[in-house]
Amino acid sequence: MIWVNDIIQGILLGGLYALFAAGLSLVFGVMRLVNLAHGDFGVMAAYISLAIVGSLHVNPFYTILMVMVVMAIFGYAVQRGLLNFAMDAGPLQAILATFGIAIIIQNVLLERFTANSKGLDAGAIETAVIKLSNQVVIGWFPLVTAIVSVIVLLGLQFFLGRTRMGRAFRATADNQRAAQLMGIDNRHLYGMAMAFALTIVAIGGVFIGIRTTFNPSAGPMRLIFAYEAVIIGGLGSLWGTLVGGIILGVAQVLGDHAQQGWGILVGHLVFLALLAFRPQGLFAKQVQ
Amino acid sequence: MSLLELNDVSTGYGHFQALFNINLRIEEGETHAVIGANGAGKSTLLRTICGLLRTEAEKVRFDGRPVGQLPPNKRVGLGISYVPEGRWVFPSLTVAENLMVGAHSRRTGMWTMDKVYELFPLLSRLRQRQAFSLSGGEQQALAIGRGLMSNPRLLLLDEVSLGLAPVVVEKIYEAMPAIIKSGTTVLLVEQDVGQAIRFADRITCMLEGRQVLEGSPKEISNEEIFAAYFGV
Repeated sequence: MIWVNDIIQGILLGGLYALFAAGLSLVFGVMRLVNLAHGDFGVMAAYISLAIVGSLHVNPFYTILMVMVVMAIFGYAVQRGLLNFAMDAGPLQAILATFGIAIIIQNVLLERFTANSKGLDAGAIETAVIKLSNQVVIGWFPLVTAIVSVIVLLGLQFFLGRTRMGRAFRATADNQRAAQLMGIDNRHLYGMAMAFALTIVAIGGVFIGIRTTFNPSAGPMRLIFAYEAVIIGGLGSLWGTLVGGIILGVAQVLGDHAQQGWGILVGHLVFLALLAFRPQGLFAKQVQ
Repeated sequence: MSLLELNDVSTGYGHFQALFNINLRIEEGETHAVIGANGAGKSTLLRTICGLLRTEAEKVRFDGRPVGQLPPNKRVGLGISYVPEGRWVFPSLTVAENLMVGAHSRRTGMWTMDKVYELFPLLSRLRQRQAFSLSGGEQQALAIGRGLMSNPRLLLLDEVSLGLAPVVVEKIYEAMPAIIKSGTTVLLVEQDVGQAIRFADRITCMLEGRQVLEGSPKEISNEEIFAAYFGV
């Protein structure tokens, strides 16, 4: 029964990884941009929440909406003000620019908030549990996290499938020049894609900040988890990303169960094994 | 005032010059065909008009307005729609979604999804199919339908017959009278001179980036076209 418990915890953790990964996948899909600052954007969101909590003394849950708005504006501005120009120069220049942004974010956070680990205190929900049996205990907070991530993915799927701008996103992902010929302003669209990505990572960043502590250099590790989730699931597949996150989460929890501290290593090994045997990912979209 | 005016346009790709001093007037409602051999600069001409290639603003005027510097997405809004060579349908989108994206510019007019399905009945039973699974002819029909969805004043058709079987080309060109009748000005580029002449009020023949012949197909003899086409 203890294994059942581990697997449930892993699945719930996977939802959190999927929240981080969805924005990454969106940005890569729409503009073929490998965003190395994505993890740091998430950490930045947690710090913004921390700052709001510090001045307004509210539960971090209530800050999420504000953090989402701030991150969306920030994302749009960074894309239009910097990354669009870097992408004009070439894909490698764009990757380097995101790497630079990552370093800037880390150092600004270090300067402003010190290197000490911080946490967001959400109160009683953090420790509240649903006890299914003596060995199977589900925490309310991880459960809420997983439910929110499914809702976010459903929302994203609806947006991409049913709205005018969502279709423009997919058209641009298919053929950017043809999309421009339809009247789609790609520079604005890229800005919107980054804004959406950072809105989603804002949710993930605050949730992960409540779940564990964070410090200014926590971003790159989260970036790796997010990439692993995207690649396990298969590029371009939203639900694949969720499954990828779940596989990674379960592997980590089981690894830690087998030997304390092995979780992250086991997660990477499972990722590498899947990469070796199914490099296109589990649910890669077959187009063309 | 002509709908489209090109004034002494010279352009190209990097150091390669593809067009030399092109002057062209296209009147509203006209159907104009540009013919010429491979590499004559026909597609470059259309790309300059739709905005994939930029030039000095004054050199391309649309409805009197200098547009030479505008990006393609802005020109669509003014009513210039380009159906590209090679079709460029959105492969992962369904036929219906391709058409919806075609209407992204929100220009209204007679062309709606239903009208496009009426124009190309073959598309109407493929609505929910992803575009990558369509045949070449179906993709070409979709590309033209998608181009019409922006209700253009000027429709640019680039090598519609390219890579298609003659039977299929015939089927696509069956749509031409209806498009012309809708009042849309059409500028089409063809290697297939026969197809081009059938519908055109006026033709321009290009050779190595230069205009070598212009006029109404009724006034120009086949020998003249032959000479201009091959530069003999």
